[in-house]
Amino acid sequence: MARIELRSIQKFFGAVQVLKDVNLTIEDGEFVVMLGQSGCGKTTTLRAIAGLETVSSGTISIDGREVQDLRAADRDIAFVFQSFSLYPHMTVYENIAFPLRAVGMSQDQREAAVREVAKVLGIERLLNRKPSALSGGDMQRVAIGRALVRRPKALLMDEPIGALDAKLREQMRAEIKRLHIARNSTSVYVTHDQIEAMSLADRIVVMHGGLLQQVGAPEEVYNRPANLFVAQFVGSPVMNVSGVAIEGGAGAAVLSFGQGAGIPVAGGHVGHIPGGKAVKLGIRPEAVLLRHEPGEGFVETTTTNVEPLGSHEIVDVRLGETTLRARVEPGFVADGQRVWVGLDPQRAHFFDGETGLALRRTA
Amino acid sequence: MADVMTRLEPNTRAAARGLSDLSIRNLFIIPTIAFLIVFNVFPLLYSLYTAFTDYRASTSAPANWIGLANFRDLLSDPFIWRNFTITAKYVIISVTGQVLVGFGLAMLLNRPIPLKGLITTLLLLPMMLSPAVVGLFWKLLYDPSFGIINYFLGLGKFEWLADPQVALYAVAIVDIWMWSPFVMLLSLAGLSAVPKHLYEAAEIDRAGPFYTFFRITLPLVAPILMIAIIFRTMEAFKTFDHAYILSTQPTTELIAIRLYKMAFLEWQTGMSSAFAYIVLIVVVAITNIYVKYLNKAKAR
Repeated sequence: MARIELRSIQKFFGAVQVLKDVNLTIEDGEFVVMLGQSGCGKTTTLRAIAGLETVSSGTISIDGREVQDLRAADRDIAFVFQSFSLYPHMTVYENIAFPLRAVGMSQDQREAAVREVAKVLGIERLLNRKPSALSGGDMQRVAIGRALVRRPKALLMDEPIGALDAKLREQMRAEIKRLHIARNSTSVYVTHDQIEAMSLADRIVVMHGGLLQQVGAPEEVYNRPANLFVAQFVGSPVMNVSGVAIEGGAGAAVLSFGQGAGIPVAGGHVGHIPGGKAVKLGIRPEAVLLRHEPGEGFVETTTTNVEPLGSHEIVDVRLGETTLRARVEPGFVADGQRVWVGLDPQRAHFFDGETGLALRRTA
Repeated sequence: MADVMTRLEPNTRAAARGLSDLSIRNLFIIPTIAFLIVFNVFPLLYSLYTAFTDYRASTSAPANWIGLANFRDLLSDPFIWRNFTITAKYVIISVTGQVLVGFGLAMLLNRPIPLKGLITTLLLLPMMLSPAVVGLFWKLLYDPSFGIINYFLGLGKFEWLADPQVALYAVAIVDIWMWSPFVMLLSLAGLSAVPKHLYEAAEIDRAGPFYTFFRITLPLVAPILMIAIIFRTMEAFKTFDHAYILSTQPTTELIAIRLYKMAFLEWQTGMSSAFAYIVLIVVVAITNIYVKYLNKAKAR
């Protein structure tokens, strides 16, 4: 098992800079998920750790040893590819045994190691089959088996379940989590799926444009997004973001959404925001509150759309120039109905209108 | 097969002219079939018949049915067996050389190098030349007194073609020069079809270059390499042009040359037909062995 450190990593493809000063420490036994849109640099970072990609500058250390100039074969890490990359002419057994044969392990030891890993993954009955005779889920189990069989220092996974259907993805997600807990291997996992990231990660690394946007535990990334990009990328449905003007003083303030629509909040919730600054409010749908009767801090409006999603419904309400999406119980309100809308000020996020950075309470 | 044929739309021009699906199909197929019958099937059957006769195309004497006498005479003739031995040796040297050189070139070209397209095209030139022309200019290259090969290798007046021990190798070298590009081309197609991510996976799995070559590259290229070997073996068995031009040594008398002499210098038409059939059976047998291996490689 290993601790991985990236220091000032830069990577250029021709004139295009895909990694801009990436600094990251992955602790021994930690499960880190790199999350971002395609082209954000997450896969390049992973491949750089593996040695499949060179870096233009910066250092990569595994257990304190600098490895950026070593070949992938000399870094003792395992990699699970999105395309599985099983050797098509070998059986499942030969595929899993390949990394052991490549380093000249004896046949008895190989046999024992392959059987053990096959048992853990539940693929013992498939050992004599060719990859072409396997389902997508089984192919991925074999690919993970091949990665785990030699007990590498770290396990890197590049969207390993991205090619599977939704149901299988959920199942494999649970299996990967179970394996990680059982083996406690240092794991780096790349995905664009925030649900995967939230459910698997000890820490999430959100990337955008070759830069790390935020590194933190899933709850932290969800509840305390560092900037607008993170706020909108993590969470489904997407966080409501709207330009607001803050009117009033320390005692009581009003968040104005334009056209005379404003929601009063206690001054303590907005006191940390410097005056005269363009501000954006970010609020998740579950923090937009709807009720059927008037109340303090609630303003009247009508629903403009209701999206039933089974366990809950997403309701659009108009507030000044903005549409806010609220999460409610099924059947709570109908389309076009009059409701009163308020915000949970504890869960309201404010961002600098220009830089997009979170404006946090210092206390 | 019938399912593949489509029905004519009722208002198309072909339908208006009254051509049915069947007649259109026949229009395409009949000329080819007629051509094959006249130039392939008929000579094949006619030569099979003459193989059992004492027919000589140089005389007007009628052909007499002599049964298996031609085959018996041929198979008991030690000179014919010698021709077969020479040919077998030639085929092994030539095809092995072509596979080694061709596959080696393909490995060199299967990486990003400058002017790759131009280099590939230049390397393909030998196989586009006429074998007779190749024979003629290699004769000049091999010439003991002014040939450029002896000059560059510093071999003095070395006799490439006149030395009975060396002549067959000299002929095989020409064949290797001419046909390695063919093996190279097919190997290159095979090599570039191996997905790059498999090499990445092998690198991650700590496989060294030799291990990767023998466990990943070779097995995946084997089927297409086998096809190249089948083609080259069949062709090498038939080698005539450049071998005939290059050397008159008995040690380079390949079966095709022996056959030519028998048929067109000695005019033993019946006997040579029988000989041709023996060669055909040998080539088909060898090819079948290869095809069996090919199917095995494909199944992997």
